[in-house]
Formats: sequence, structure tokens, C-alpha cells
Amino acid sequence: MQRIPTMSQAQYEREQFRRNSDHGELWDLLDEVKDPEIPVLSLWDMGILRDVQYQGGQVTVTITPTYSGCPAMDVIQEDIENLLRLKGYSNCKVETQLSPAWTTDWMTDYGRSQLRGYGIAPPDDVAEPTGETPEANVACPHCGSSNTKRVSEFGSTACKALFQCNDCCEPFDYFKHI
Amino acid sequence: MSANKQYIIDYAVRLGDDAIVLGHRISEWVSNGPFLEEDIALGNVALDFIGRARMFYTYAAELTGNGKTEDDFAYLRDERQFQNYLINELPRGDFAYSTARQLFIDVYNTHFLAALKQSNDETLSAIAAKAAKETKYHLRRSTDWTLRLGDGTEESHQRMQNAIDELWGYTHELFEHDALEQRLIDAGIAVDAAAFKAQWLADVSQVLEQATLTVPTAEWAVRGGREGYHTENLGHLLTEMQFLHRSHPNCQW
Repeated sequence: MQRIPTMSQAQYEREQFRRNSDHGELWDLLDEVKDPEIPVLSLWDMGILRDVQYQGGQVTVTITPTYSGCPAMDVIQEDIENLLRLKGYSNCKVETQLSPAWTTDWMTDYGRSQLRGYGIAPPDDVAEPTGETPEANVACPHCGSSNTKRVSEFGSTACKALFQCNDCCEPFDYFKHI
Repeated sequence: MSANKQYIIDYAVRLGDDAIVLGHRISEWVSNGPFLEEDIALGNVALDFIGRARMFYTYAAELTGNGKTEDDFAYLRDERQFQNYLINELPRGDFAYSTARQLFIDVYNTHFLAALKQSNDETLSAIAAKAAKETKYHLRRSTDWTLRLGDGTEESHQRMQNAIDELWGYTHELFEHDALEQRLIDAGIAVDAAAFKAQWLADVSQVLEQATLTVPTAEWAVRGGREGYHTENLGHLLTEMQFLHRSHPNCQW
């Protein structure tokens, strides 16, 4: 499917922030850390990587939780520390920042296409974006049909809802807008 | 800040207590849900509340210092030190009972968190902003289930009505505050829940009426949670919740 690349204001600001950082190589390095539940998404694409600082030999990585009880956050923190140590940054710490609260608007366009390829419908693949999980018509990531129905508002993890396609009959996860 | 510091710690712990006790109760449904999707939904909601508790306790631990952590608050305090509202500790009951409680709490949190977002305390405000997004989803679910059960079969209707009547007397203390909270309300830090009681009643009544259920008028009320006076149920909950941590102190894995 051809898509015109567009991005939200929030996403544009994230891109600029990263581009203007003095430590681009650290941001690039951290692209290797993936969400443990969705291994095709990097922390950057997911929108949870907030800031990377390097001062006095110490790397400080700031991340933001997706859902408050998300058990992946502890693993993500360990993955960041392990990677940085492996690459020679023995002095590193990971900080968690709550505000402003994470929103799926921070997910990158590349991340959204990765999600589709992985079989998860991204937050904006809905007929009418209202910010709430619709009862139907989320585009099926398998066949593209919009003839789909919601099975449950809560899916395999806190961030997803469960849908089924009426055309190809496959069940699929929908990444909830939040 | 310093004058209010101990009050803020106590307040954050109270909010953590509400969240962890209810989160634990909901988690008891995991693998006992009526069907798979609902089982998963219950697990998700439980996790949101436990995550909320972790944020409040972590903040209280930061303010306390002395190497305190969230675990000290969750696992190493006794029944009388917990200051959660009683409605959160009541046993899960049948599915109607858990649904009714969830509706009351979700409507309450919708207003409570919106107000806490305006708190002068930045961390409490940030936690509220995070939690409010999740509560939106919780409320949709508990509203849907209330309609489905209340306006369902004779059996499901009766069970919902019984649950609402049994829980009603526990809702009053949600809107009352003591001297500690009054000080924080005056400082623009804590939420004055009394301010949205009428709105809560209107919202809940609307759902109940749509679900063909009767809004109780009985005036009995049970109080004591914020003072550490609990029903017999909390102690049993804590023995189970704290067992592992207390049996293996400082264990890491």
C-alpha cells in the first residue's frame, strides 16, 4: 500500500529533538533495544525513549512507561543497561519520566508499518479516529479488509484490544489509542 | 514543602493502598473469569491498579528516603497501617459483585483523577494523568457489564441488584476526608472528593437506571478505612499478598 508520509506535531517534535542531540550515536545505538513484547519495535519507534544524555562519562537514558503496570518496563530497563555496558558504557543509568504521559501519537510511522507487518493493527487504522477503541472497522493487518469486529477491549497485553476479521476470519490484536 | 512532606507521604501511601488492595482483589479473578477474553481483561485491569500503586508507593519512598522502597509499603506493613477505603478490600464475591464495585470505583476515579491532575504536587499530578487514560477504558468495561447483567436475565439482574445494595453503604466514605487531607486540600495538593459526590451519584444513577436497576436509598454507611479500621477481610488478603516477601526477606531473583 502506498502511503503519503505524514506525522503528528508531537512526532515531529520528537524527531527534531533527536536530530538536535549532541549524542546521535547513542540514540542510534539504542535503536537496537526492542520492546520485549513486540520485538519488531524499537524503543524509539514505540515512543517510549525520551532522552539520552552523556555527561562526565555517564549515560543517562530517560524512558516513559506505556501503561502504569506494564511488566515489560523492568525488562526494558535491563536491556538498555546491558546493551550500553556491552558497548563500553559501563557507567549508565535509566530514569523513568511520567509526565507528560505517554501517548500512541509518539509512535513513529516506521513503527506503525512494522506493527502491521507483525500482525498488529496500529492505533490509527480505524475508520473514524475518535480516540476510543471502536466496535468494528479496524483495518485487518493480514488482508487489509475493514470488515472487522471487536472481540474484547482488552487483549494479550494492556496496550492491545482483540479483533477478528469477518473476511479472512483471522483474529488480530489492535494497538489501542491512548 | 517540608511542612507538608509527611502529609504528602501519607497521602501517597493511602492512594497506593487503595490501588494495591483493589488490584489484588481483581487479580483473584485471573483464571476464574467467565470466559477467556474477560479473564484477560480482568488481568489487565488488575495490572493497571497494581502499577498505579507502584507509582504512589515509589513516590512515597522517594520522599521518605532512608533507602525505603515501594516494597516496604506494600509488603511490610500490617493491617492497621493500611489506610485504603473499605470498599476496595471486600471479597470479590460473584461476578456481579465485582462488576458493581468496579463501576462505583471507575466513575469515582474518573472524577478523582481529573481533579488530582490539577494538584500542585507535580508527581501526583503526573501519576493522575497517566492513570486517567487507563480509567477511561476501565469505565467503558464496567459500564458495559453493568448494562449487560442488569438488563440481562432475571438471575443476572437480581445478582446485580443484590451487589449494588450490599456495596452502597461503603461508597459514602469515598467522599469524606480527615484533617490530614483537609490540610493538603487547602494547599491545593489533595482532592476534595466531596466536590464531585453529586456528579458521581448522577453518573452512577444514569448507568443503573439504564440497566433497569434501582438506585439504593438506604442510609447505612460503614467508615474507617482512612483511620486503619478494617473489615475482617483485609487481614486475610494481606497474609496471602505478603506471604512470599515476608518468608524470604530481601530475596532477589
